[in-house]
Amino acid sequence: MTCTDIQTAIHGYLDGELDAVRNHEIEQHLQDCAVCSQTYKADQILQRALQTGSQYYPASADLRKRIQSSLRQVGKSEPLFPAMPWRWLAVAASVAFVVILAWALVPRLYGLDAEQLVAQAVVSSHVRSLMVDHVADVMSSDHHTVKPWFTGKLDFSPPVKNLAKEGFPLVGGRLDYLENRAVAALVYQRQKHFINLFIWPSSHDTHVKTKALARQGYHLVYWSKAGMTYWAISDLNDTELQEFVRLVQTSP
Amino acid sequence: MWEERDVSEQSRVRQFEQAVLPHMDAAYNLARWLTRNDHDAEDLVQEACLRAFKFFGSFHGDNARSWLLTIVRNTCYTWFRENRPQELTTSFDENIHSTEADPFDPEKLLLRSESGQLLKQALEDLPLEFREVLILRELEGLSYKEIAVIAGIPPGTVMSRLARARSRLKQGLTKLVNKER
Repeated sequence: MTCTDIQTAIHGYLDGELDAVRNHEIEQHLQDCAVCSQTYKADQILQRALQTGSQYYPASADLRKRIQSSLRQVGKSEPLFPAMPWRWLAVAASVAFVVILAWALVPRLYGLDAEQLVAQAVVSSHVRSLMVDHVADVMSSDHHTVKPWFTGKLDFSPPVKNLAKEGFPLVGGRLDYLENRAVAALVYQRQKHFINLFIWPSSHDTHVKTKALARQGYHLVYWSKAGMTYWAISDLNDTELQEFVRLVQTSP
Repeated sequence: MWEERDVSEQSRVRQFEQAVLPHMDAAYNLARWLTRNDHDAEDLVQEACLRAFKFFGSFHGDNARSWLLTIVRNTCYTWFRENRPQELTTSFDENIHSTEADPFDPEKLLLRSESGQLLKQALEDLPLEFREVLILRELEGLSYKEIAVIAGIPPGTVMSRLARARSRLKQGLTKLVNKER
């Protein structure tokens, strides 16, 4: 390896950019050649002098401030729709996407909201009925007494079932007000727990599958069947309330 | 819609600042060495930052310093083309062997109390393309790969350009040391 050969590579060596084989070759040459070795030492000293940082120009605090405030200016004034056709296309596509999304999602969100509202009202009614010691307007465990009691008080006839044999004796019936209308409230009991079963005609002709919720420590189950909406609520545990619901849904 | 846009714009500015502001010293140092004066360097760094902000979407977050320095360097070169085109035409009359005729003696330089000043002078006297690679390598400590990307040259060219830059720097220093004795 001659001096000319390493003239350039020696800088790669100085900068630590060579592989091990090349490094070794350079080291060999530097050991053998006094001239190159001296040049290398001078380059090394020069490199160290440059790397001390004495030649570095840091940015002033003033410049930093200037840049930050100009960025904020640009951030504010940047046009929303630059005059580029593809941007317009993108915007149009975004708008279309949002519209479709809203169309698909809003009824769902609305439905969710409606459910929340009814659930809240059901909880309030249930709590109030227990609070004022006014569980029922008509106290009877006989569904043949309770069902006719509603006649003339409601514009519909709620199905009333006696579930005493199954461990959910009927306590009575009551008028209540939910969803901007008078509704039937049937009261059942399971040991010391009361169950309020609210019934009213469905506003839509939709069949709602049985859904369970929990709110403020109460379990709620609602469904719709044969044009009627049912909401059952109790402080019973979930399993027992589900059992109650199953009986209401299946018993004749 | 306007409110939301303002918020997203603000967060974009914040993201940009987080990525770029830590490299403000590097940006200014490069611009200052290329232009050789404070005023132009500050204006160009500001311009480069705004340009970088505009293209922030194309930055993929791997090396913010190199990315910013590339934009600073390009901004400076555009400015050179418009204001000092003569700086862009480098004469290749340097002779790499001339150091042998009048070898650089680092001891001579370092003994001088004003060695820092002489070094600065010699660096400033270098043609733009040599000054550039030396600043990126020695002051910024960048790898050959990074320098190649920033200076827009093949990686293989970085080493030979540094070799010539150092040779020229030594010649310049020798002249300055001998003259000012």
